[in-house]
Amino acid sequence: MTEGSDVMATPEPLKVVPLRHPGRWAAMAVIAVLLAMLVHALATNPRFNWPEQAKYGFTPAIRQGVLTTLWLTVAAMVVGVVLGVVLAVMRLSPNPVLRNAAWIYIWVFRGTPVLVQILVWASLGALFPRLGLGIPFGPQFVEADTFSLISGFSAALLGLGLNEAAYMAEIVRAGLLSVNEGQWEAAGALGMRRSQILRRVVLPQAMRVIVPPTGNETISMLKTTSLVAYVPFAELLFQTQAIYAKTYQVIPMLLMASLWYLAMTSVLMIVQYYIERYYARGSVRQLPPTPWQRVRARLERRRPRVGEHS
Amino acid sequence: MTDLSTTASAPAAAMVQAEDVWKSYDNTPVLKGITLQVSPGEVFLLLGPSGSGKSTFLRCINHLETIDAGRLMLDGELIGYDERSGRLYEKKPRDVARQRRQVGMVFQQFNLFAHRTALENVMEGPVQVAGLAKSEARDKATALLDRVGLADRRHLYPNQLSGGQQQRVAIARALAMEPKLMLFDEPTSALDPELVGEVLDVMRQLAADGMTMVVVTHEIGFAREVGDTVAFMDAGVVVESGRPDDVLLNPQQARTQAFLSKVL
Ligand SMILES: Nc1ncnc2c1ncn2[C@@H]1O[C@H](COP(=O)(O)OP(=O)(O)OP(=O)(O)O)[C@@H](O)[C@H]1O
Ligand SMILES: [Mg+2]
Repeated sequence: MTEGSDVMATPEPLKVVPLRHPGRWAAMAVIAVLLAMLVHALATNPRFNWPEQAKYGFTPAIRQGVLTTLWLTVAAMVVGVVLGVVLAVMRLSPNPVLRNAAWIYIWVFRGTPVLVQILVWASLGALFPRLGLGIPFGPQFVEADTFSLISGFSAALLGLGLNEAAYMAEIVRAGLLSVNEGQWEAAGALGMRRSQILRRVVLPQAMRVIVPPTGNETISMLKTTSLVAYVPFAELLFQTQAIYAKTYQVIPMLLMASLWYLAMTSVLMIVQYYIERYYARGSVRQLPPTPWQRVRARLERRRPRVGEHS
Repeated sequence: MTDLSTTASAPAAAMVQAEDVWKSYDNTPVLKGITLQVSPGEVFLLLGPSGSGKSTFLRCINHLETIDAGRLMLDGELIGYDERSGRLYEKKPRDVARQRRQVGMVFQQFNLFAHRTALENVMEGPVQVAGLAKSEARDKATALLDRVGLADRRHLYPNQLSGGQQQRVAIARALAMEPKLMLFDEPTSALDPELVGEVLDVMRQLAADGMTMVVVTHEIGFAREVGDTVAFMDAGVVVESGRPDDVLLNPQQARTQAFLSKVL
């Protein structure tokens, strides 16, 4: 019986020699050397021409290019996501006409190069000199000159957005299919209609599956916008090219543009992190702290509390 | 309970009326001529071995499945069809939804909306389907959660609740539509034994309040205590039905006897 109370006492913590990780140290050494070489090259090779980059990096033309790239990315993604959701719902519809129409759309827009699609939109005027709304083979109600309708921006937006929709449709469809059938049945049993079930029950839960690849698509889109420099449309790469066409400083300017793209994708990654957290509600019991919350918690622990320093 | 059983035996219009209901999946018949009747206020229990078609029949009552032959009526109305001059017309989705509102369903796997709190789960039907104002629905949902003993858990998400608590929320969610009929498909089968009681208590209370219920269950004790009628199903037919004590303690059919000897 007396042994019982011994068992209850807090046991001595184990004294353990931690496992050594020589591999980690070796990897660290190799990477440190490589990093040092890179920094050395970047700092000492005058052909990187950092002053030139700094000189042009924030000119009005480049700033306008950055904003245009961002704006085009957002606009094309909005078109892609909205149309993608519509296409995904069509593909899962009980209506065979809608189902097949969506399939054909995806087949065409996913199966041809996006640069070709952009160029086709830009030169649509060569194909259809005039665009109009009316009855096929019958009278037209409104009509306009194609080149006046399709500007550089709308060609870029149509090319990127409509292509993106085909990819987003598949991402959204995968998300919708990931939601348990029991959710459809429970909502149906309450008397909810198909559209209500999609909007209120299934899509919100599908978001967890939809958001990560959509973030991926957005980052990809940010860089794909550079293709529309050939429309031509004055986004970041176009402005960069315009500069090095005059200065012949090709590599520094491309490096500067890349740094801008990198900065923008970094911001997008942070936005994605918080969106993913929002849609994790109800699927993880306890949300992990954000990096920012973690830093704050650590600072708070370090700060000596009042009355603690004796 | 006594006055309820007299209601059950009164010749009121049946809440559920099944006449020779057939249903096949890929040419394999699953329901082979089910005929039964559930009166208002009655607690009707369906028993039977796995695969005998209990869930399928329950889902037909809610038109989650369509029937191939026979007639299935809810409170005097054909389920899923309109009959005009001797022909059946498929109901519009809107009308199917309207019919489903009258029937609450509780699933073995709870099927709570995972992205909504307990309270939001219960509010969803009243707000989205019945068109109640949010504040009104919130009061109603809070009262219902209180009734199933979960008022203090109303702001938790389903995955923060135990199985028994989730199932009670699911019952509250179904009740929020003020159904005429409640369907339960093995509501306690996914639960740990010590959580079964809390769900059965809620159902017992519901029965005492006069709710018409069709319950698929293997809880023999519950069936004897609460049930008005027990129907034993096997291979898509009702083998035997009657008062719980008759069917459960003194089964006449060999198949019923064989099943009960395994379950009891
Ligand atoms: N969607 C389906 N497609 C094909 N067969 C099905 C389908 N749903 C059910 N079945 C079959 O119908 C039969 C009856 O199934 P049901 O789920 O109604 O049985 P049950 O009595 O509820 O069984 P349990 O006690 O295991 O839940 C089974 O043989 C099953 O395999
Ligand atoms: Mg079943």
